[in-house]
Amino acid sequence: MTKQAILAGVILVVLLSAGAFGQDRPEAVVDSSNLTGAILPAPVTNIEAKNHKYDDGERIDLFWEKSVDDPDNIFGYKVYRIDKDGASELVRELLPGTTEYFDEEVENDVPYQYIVAVVGEAGEAPSEMTPEVMAAWEFFNFSKLNILILGFIVCGSVLFFISSAKSGKKLFIRKIGGLEALEEAVGRATEMGRPILFIPGILDLDDVQTLAAITILGKVSRVIADYDSKILMPVSRSLVMTSARETIKESYMSAGRPDGYNDNMVQYITDEQFGYVAAVNGIMVREKPATCLYLGAFFAESLILAETGNSIGAIQIAGTARPGQLPFFVAACDYTLIGEELFAASAYLSGDPKQLGSLKGQDIGKIVAMSAIILGTLAMTFASAWELGFMQSLLDILNSIFVTN
Amino acid sequence: MKRLIPVLITSIVGTVLVFSVFFPMAETWGEDFSLFFDIIAVFAFFLGGGNLVRVHLIKVLNKKGDWKFSIVTLIAFAITLTAGLFKFGSVDIAASVTAEGTWMQTIFNNIIAPLSSTMYALLAFFVASASYRAFRAKNREATILLIAAFIILLGRTPLGMFMTGWIPEWFSIAQIPNLAVWIMNGPNLAGQRAILIGVGLGVVAMSLRLILGMDRTYLGSDHD
Repeated sequence: MTKQAILAGVILVVLLSAGAFGQDRPEAVVDSSNLTGAILPAPVTNIEAKNHKYDDGERIDLFWEKSVDDPDNIFGYKVYRIDKDGASELVRELLPGTTEYFDEEVENDVPYQYIVAVVGEAGEAPSEMTPEVMAAWEFFNFSKLNILILGFIVCGSVLFFISSAKSGKKLFIRKIGGLEALEEAVGRATEMGRPILFIPGILDLDDVQTLAAITILGKVSRVIADYDSKILMPVSRSLVMTSARETIKESYMSAGRPDGYNDNMVQYITDEQFGYVAAVNGIMVREKPATCLYLGAFFAESLILAETGNSIGAIQIAGTARPGQLPFFVAACDYTLIGEELFAASAYLSGDPKQLGSLKGQDIGKIVAMSAIILGTLAMTFASAWELGFMQSLLDILNSIFVTN
Repeated sequence: MKRLIPVLITSIVGTVLVFSVFFPMAETWGEDFSLFFDIIAVFAFFLGGGNLVRVHLIKVLNKKGDWKFSIVTLIAFAITLTAGLFKFGSVDIAASVTAEGTWMQTIFNNIIAPLSSTMYALLAFFVASASYRAFRAKNREATILLIAAFIILLGRTPLGMFMTGWIPEWFSIAQIPNLAVWIMNGPNLAGQRAILIGVGLGVVAMSLRLILGMDRTYLGSDHD
């Protein structure tokens, strides 16, 4: 008698659920194996499936409001995708509390519908089925239009100043102490008869800081070749080793001293961060280089290297774009190239007007950034202190220009 | 020709990577180029390992200075390479080389990790010696640095609250912990962001020079 009552209850609940949702659902979606007398959890509401904007048509975004039984009386959610033939497929099981899912396994321009089922002790309570939605391909990502415009302004100004420099216009470039001291540092090592140690950071050649270090190496090794001094370059990446060898070799050749070069100038140590540091510290203590150059991407090893260099009395020039490591270099080295100076070094050292023009072009970007910061600060202050509407509008405009996601 | 091809590759790859940010159809191209880089890097491992063996082998054979250390390096290299290649200790050849119970895992847990930690621990002493030099009040900037550092140090310890906890709520900014938070979130963050803006612009200008082939120093020489 009791079993019959439970079975009748289950059938009633399933029928009511089907009637309430009023849309066709594949049978597989609804789990009616409720034989315990437990009540199905409340379904999710306001389910919405949208084409993900500005992509190559491979994603549909699904949003819903969570079940009122979430989180106490549910186990989680199941997302079902129904294709144009009506076949349903379970695409993901999600934890309680989830209110969105991004389906990246869809085909371009194919209609899909979705159901999100709430899973409880009594079974699954499916949601309404979403209207048909298609993942559409878009040619241009308009959400990044602002970045493109800003990019054009910066690149345009760089190109403008390059062409100005080509036409012979004199450009003022402020002196960078660390770069001015490079030749002096190499000269000092030559006079002392000791080598120059060059550390290009610990990242691979796909990092722009390593690339900047290699470009500086080209200039430094040319001076070293001219002075007939000696360079030591232990590296932590094989690709950096091959690239650095080629760079130094070319410098020696252009200096007219091809016989002065040998492959042992650049030595691969290990990719392991602290293993590399231990080896470099050993080289420093044994070889006692007169000049240590640390240019590139550094992490925790920055201070260990710089302090060891300091202890052997070497003149030290460092440069990195990682703000977290700059204080260590500033504290332990004689000169430090801060952020952009590392990237400017190659152009600065070349003295080539075209390359120097590119440095001048950066200034336009700085003017734009500084103006936006000042305007934004004023707008934020006035908008919050005196609730001026037009200042809030200005703030919104600035936000839309500089937002990056 | 020796320089033209690398410059062309740089220009094409650089341009495509920029396009991949703005054009959805090109999004995956950037990832594909990263894969190419990984493939090249794998081959470069042979060069790196080969160089390591060659340098130390020559040192041992010629009995150059500290050649005994080179023996240690060569033995360690051979053992680690063998353990990794043949997956000794692994129950299944398809299992990860660093799975529990493998020689590699044992080597990592008992040798590499403690040695790395030892090197990392040196930082504690180096921070002290570098701070000592940096915090000497030799000029105005160094004095400001010293005061700021002192406030941060006190603010991060219970002593800061102990010393200034009596300051009333309406002037709580003068409490050292709050002052430390203000320094970190105000002047410190502003400085860091200024550096990052400069870095961003520097990267753009440098990338442009590389893509346009104006800066070819990374190929060894600026000249054709």
